[in-house]
Amino acid sequence: MKCVRFWGTRGSLPVALTASAVREKVIGALRGAAGRNFASAEELDAYVDRLGMAGAGTYGGHSPCVEIETGAAEYVLCDLGTGVRPFGQRAIARHGAGSPQTYHVFMSHVHWDHIMGFPLFTPAYIRGNRIRIYGGHAVLEEALRRQQAAPSFPVDFSALAATIEFVRLEPGHAYDVAGLTVSLMLQRHAGDSYGYRFSSSGKTVIYSTDSEHALTDADETRRFVEFFRGADLVIFDAMYSLADAISVKADWGHSSNIVGVELCQMAGARHLCLFHHEPVHGDAAIDRVLAETRRFEEITRGGYAPLTVTAAYDGMEIIP
Amino acid sequence: MQFSSRSLADVVVASPSGQIDHANAERLQQALAPMLDRPAPGTAALVLDFADVEYISSMGLRVLMVAAKQLRARSMRIAVTSLRPVVKEIFDIARFNHVTEVFPSVRAALQALSPAALAAYDIEAR
Repeated sequence: MKCVRFWGTRGSLPVALTASAVREKVIGALRGAAGRNFASAEELDAYVDRLGMAGAGTYGGHSPCVEIETGAAEYVLCDLGTGVRPFGQRAIARHGAGSPQTYHVFMSHVHWDHIMGFPLFTPAYIRGNRIRIYGGHAVLEEALRRQQAAPSFPVDFSALAATIEFVRLEPGHAYDVAGLTVSLMLQRHAGDSYGYRFSSSGKTVIYSTDSEHALTDADETRRFVEFFRGADLVIFDAMYSLADAISVKADWGHSSNIVGVELCQMAGARHLCLFHHEPVHGDAAIDRVLAETRRFEEITRGGYAPLTVTAAYDGMEIIP
Repeated sequence: MQFSSRSLADVVVASPSGQIDHANAERLQQALAPMLDRPAPGTAALVLDFADVEYISSMGLRVLMVAAKQLRARSMRIAVTSLRPVVKEIFDIARFNHVTEVFPSVRAALQALSPAALAAYDIEAR
């Protein structure tokens, strides 16, 4: 497993930076640079790096799509949120439209934010490409066909030229796909969702989004801890604060940064990546959640091994 | 985790101590159950004195959330006091400062909640 690349990290709804948010960043950067001299491009880069995501970048706004680069020729993706569109454009730019590729896609579930990128996934329109879509839901194919049916979209699913196959998976089994050993676990979410465990060459990545970890059921917690056990990277739905997740937003099917840290600590995972960001959060808010999560990990570490904590952003790459 | 409680006029002051983690959050829940399910007539508020609480996990915070909901349904108030710095950080990160009222001391909480309980507390402290 060479790399995990994030193409869409936002939950529920794609978002974009507004003009006023960009202006605020530019003004902040110019204010901070007042009176400074940058003798080289490196010095300028170092200054911009210090501004962080809130001052000089953005976490991005595409809905969930994560690529697992295995080192083999075939592509592996998790979910088909709007992030799959730039992924598809890059794949075509890399290989050319005339070079058939195989794409393996593992679906957490079929809520809209996780499937809405597929109608604009250009490789699906190219004959010769093969797209295998895996998941635990019986309604996988129906959901993808329905979102492209009139009057919702101008091109019907049946017009897609690629060979598209649907593969139903079941928890409790291990599957070999594109050099990865894959297992899945049922998660608490309206209409169900599935978390995935991908392993290869001694490395393990967990993709667990749209999952409410209530922690009130000790057996369920134990099952998740085992599923996360020893993972090199856990991509985790940390959409809400703990207070929101267990009060006004209880049963909305999402989790918190606090529970993410606790599960990873219990499982001995090495790296927690906060994912499925709340769409109302700006870059500064996500920065704050990240800093607080790192602090929470630090003050609760006790006898646990240190856990790296990051917040996913569109374009981020992690080597597990 | 250890637990004790006492009544001061119309306020119950409960004092857990030690670690409230996944292993023993249920003990806190059981300790609080009588005053949540069948509060003594005239009880207006529950004050949780956290002076001796060293740590609280998400499960422990969940117990507080359940308590807050039950008490509010009975038009009663809940407050947490005397948070140690680490526990205060956990409260802030979890956004629990919006779930319960937080005061620096039991006396400060009683001052805000009940003049009768404050008087009883001051007499007790003499």
